[in-house]
Amino acid sequence: MWNYEKRLQFPVNIKEPNALLAQTIISQYGGPDGEMGASMRYLSQRYATPYKEVAGLLTDIGTEELAHLEMVAAIVHQLTRNLSMEEIEKSGFAPYYTDHTIGIWPQAAGGVPFNACQFQSKGDIITDLHEDLAAEQKARSTYDNILRLIKEPDVCEPIKFLREREIVHFQRFGEALRLTQEKLDSKNFYAFNPGFDMCKDCND
Amino acid sequence: MSNKEQLLNDIGIVSFVLVELGLYLDTHPTDRNAMEYFNHYNRIKHQMVKEFSMKYYPLTMDMAESNKEWRWGAAPLPWEGACE
Repeated sequence: MWNYEKRLQFPVNIKEPNALLAQTIISQYGGPDGEMGASMRYLSQRYATPYKEVAGLLTDIGTEELAHLEMVAAIVHQLTRNLSMEEIEKSGFAPYYTDHTIGIWPQAAGGVPFNACQFQSKGDIITDLHEDLAAEQKARSTYDNILRLIKEPDVCEPIKFLREREIVHFQRFGEALRLTQEKLDSKNFYAFNPGFDMCKDCND
Repeated sequence: MSNKEQLLNDIGIVSFVLVELGLYLDTHPTDRNAMEYFNHYNRIKHQMVKEFSMKYYPLTMDMAESNKEWRWGAAPLPWEGACE
């Protein structure tokens, strides 16, 4: 069960619209390494680990990613409000505008729609945690790419916050992998899948 | 049903009442009767969640104040159902 808090995790207050920036930043909404994929990845993966602390971490990071999804949407929203038709045409925003006006829709910077194939839920916690470590680095690279494209401080600050969170999540997932491996056979972590081969009876 | 299960079940009932009232009030923001219901059950829910979190395990992170061991991590996983 979830509760909604009517606040952003980090403030977003953008004064000047900029449709060109919005088109790059929307990739972190619905792109291959964006926040939608991140939250769905962790919240889907958590059922396949028998280890409570790891399932708890996936829940808490998955939840934080939903807050990041909201922040990215807020950035795109503020970058596209009060745009003139001239600005829409000049900035190359016309294709997006045609299909979605200035509504928020999950797509990559190149226009490719969000796709669940952009993340994996393999049902094996070691495999999934490696996916998560890679995902956090890919999202960090994407934010680095975005930060090279933008100079506006009121856009950079929330993006820098989101980038830092990728690094913290990477660290925590590394610890979760260590916690998982400590519970497995140290000579062969892959001897079995703890989420499948060790199914316990409810009455054990 | 154990006391723990009973209290969790009651929290579920009261929380659902609040979800329903919340949606209703979103579209009927001046209905005083509904607001009275909301205020009444909201207070009860807060008391129940606090009681549950102190006696058993924290239901939300803001109820997870801990001393010796992080209590949030020790809570059972809700999706495991009867098989905790």
